[in-house]
Amino acid sequence: MTIARVDRPRRAASAAAGASGTDAESLRRRHRRRSRLTALAFVTPLLAYLAAFYLYPLYRNLDLSLRDYTVRSFVAGDAPFSGWDNFQKVLDDPTFGPAMRHTMVFTFVSIAFQYVIGLALAVFFNRHFRLAPTLRALFLIPWLLPLIVSASTWSWMFNSESGVVNYFLHFLGVSPVGWLTSPDWALTSVIVANIWIGIPFNLVILYSGLQNIPADLYEAAALDGASAWQQFRRITFPLLRPVSAITLLLGLVYTLKVFDLIWIMTKGGPGDASSTLATWSYQLGFGTLLPKFGPGAAVGNILILIALVFGLLYIRVQRRQEA
Amino acid sequence: MIPTRRTLLAALAAVGTLASLTACGGGSGSSDSSSGKAGGTYTFWDPYPQFDASSAWGKLVTGCGTKAGVKLKRTAYDTTDLGNKALLAAQQGNAPDVMLVDNPVVSTLVEAGILNKTSDLGLDTKAIQKNIIGAGTIDNASYGVPIGANTLALYYNKKVLSAAGVDAASIKDWNSLTAALKKVKAAGKKGITFSAINTEEGSFQFLPWFWGAGGDLTKLNSARGVAALSLWKQWVDAGYAPKDVLQNTQTTSWQEFATGDYAFGENGTWQLGNAAKAGFDYGIINIPGQNGGSAPVPTGGEFVTVPVQKDTGRYDVSKKIVTCLTSDANLLPTDTTLQYVAPTAAVQAEQVKQNPKLKPWVDAVAAARGRTSGGLGTKYPTISQPMWTAVQAALSGSKSPQDALDTAQSSAQKG
Repeated sequence: MTIARVDRPRRAASAAAGASGTDAESLRRRHRRRSRLTALAFVTPLLAYLAAFYLYPLYRNLDLSLRDYTVRSFVAGDAPFSGWDNFQKVLDDPTFGPAMRHTMVFTFVSIAFQYVIGLALAVFFNRHFRLAPTLRALFLIPWLLPLIVSASTWSWMFNSESGVVNYFLHFLGVSPVGWLTSPDWALTSVIVANIWIGIPFNLVILYSGLQNIPADLYEAAALDGASAWQQFRRITFPLLRPVSAITLLLGLVYTLKVFDLIWIMTKGGPGDASSTLATWSYQLGFGTLLPKFGPGAAVGNILILIALVFGLLYIRVQRRQEA
Repeated sequence: MIPTRRTLLAALAAVGTLASLTACGGGSGSSDSSSGKAGGTYTFWDPYPQFDASSAWGKLVTGCGTKAGVKLKRTAYDTTDLGNKALLAAQQGNAPDVMLVDNPVVSTLVEAGILNKTSDLGLDTKAIQKNIIGAGTIDNASYGVPIGANTLALYYNKKVLSAAGVDAASIKDWNSLTAALKKVKAAGKKGITFSAINTEEGSFQFLPWFWGAGGDLTKLNSARGVAALSLWKQWVDAGYAPKDVLQNTQTTSWQEFATGDYAFGENGTWQLGNAAKAGFDYGIINIPGQNGGSAPVPTGGEFVTVPVQKDTGRYDVSKKIVTCLTSDANLLPTDTTLQYVAPTAAVQAEQVKQNPKLKPWVDAVAAARGRTSGGLGTKYPTISQPMWTAVQAALSGSKSPQDALDTAQSSAQKG
């Protein structure tokens, strides 16, 4: 985009000079070549970066998932091409169904709560009361903490023996719950932690969206006697729709690939009660003494495909909004 | 026109970058192998990041390099990282000259074809106990020299046991152990803590019970295997063991035991130093078998290995370094620092003379088995992973021990 902007005035200038003969023609050509070289010089670092850090790893991952890698052929680099075998193996694995289901539940439940709570908080802070900026800043803390810290803290809080959550439940007369050790609760617990981590992101984006809604609309609505709820339903929510769409779609792509939080809290356990595609892929590739690179990469690629679908959806939505 | 040309240029730029990257890789590799025979720098990897260059271990490594006439460059990795790092390095053709790896990883690296046989290097391994070197022996050839061994036993808290009226000497089999746990719980204390996490650590801790019931790793769902898993499940269900064993690593399990509330803790030799600091009187008993006697325990500990190099001239020096590291004179201080049991009878005797508390550990190591021994080799990882999953499924209550182990057996057979 920047390049196009650099191009434009030059081309206009050379077009103006181009009225007089061949001399101007060659000048114009030289001009154009030089501007193209400049453009190339600007774009090369980006291309090199994309190739080295995106294209090549993606290509390697695809290659890994399409070959029958054993530790021996991994080292020797002579793994035979096996087509879709790894994908077939992964799809037939009894872990696949639960992992897929957990990934979807984890993603959609997380997003729904993050969005609703984030929106509620954004509307709340939009009322500009005293301390609002300070409180809003405090809500960003989950975002600022390193994930290893927040995930470990959650894991301690949810500990079935000495965790603070069970301690409070004890005061309320509720018997202790195996938050991370019961197959019925493990997925819920990691979702709760993930919601807490995701709220600030939703809050920040939705809050900035709220800033763009003109205040006179609310004034007019108030004059017409609209209640607070009506104002939210008829003004805030519809006008926030573009921002909401972006928030939800970005959240979707981020949440799909959450790995570290689950790995630190449960390692996908107990059994595979909280394993998602991301943790399963890691488990296959690095979680045992004998790495299964092929199937691990295959699961990773499936995850990339799902994220890609949502990514394309995001681009489409964005394009429609710009149009 | 312009868009297509741009794409072409982009593609060219991409190819250019890749080519330059591979060129870099090749360059560094060739300069490595040209770094001469005598003198020069040799590389050494170990899984002991807790020891820096100024530690006794760090000095020993440097010293062995100097003795062999070279500069030995030591790099320490986290133990779970080391196996994969070694595979990657071998793929890039720059594996270290000498590498210390956790024993069950040896068979994986052998399968990858990146380790030399000790017999090809001319290393003498006769003095080493058969069961310890077993973990690094594949098809009757050994691929490394153990630096030391550790294993598991039951630590017990003397005060908790006497308050509950339990005599540690009375614990001979599973029944008497469960009875003791019952008494401890009745006395208002906590029973036993161990690690049943869904990683290799969980399998390591489960094996003494699995083997103690006479279980066979190639038949996970036999009645014996089910008996072992039922024992653990019974403890967790009855509250003799806490539910968070499912999340416990051996370190967090130790921390629970160190609170002083628990009667027993299943843990290893490496906690002896912490046990002295725990602030209460402790004792150690060997893990009992189902019907009495000591259960076979898995061996832990590292092997010194020599990865395959393009320049075979380097092996002479590597051999000198290995011999130096595993000489009796050096094993004693090394195993004392690492809190390991030495792999040779002579050094073990020395260790017990220095510290009589090590006696039960020396006995336990003598009765220990390698996880990858008995021809299992790289089959072990494909059994271990379903096994720890089964332990988790049964203890968390999502499956019965029999169902969990049936599932484990069928996925272990698929490999």
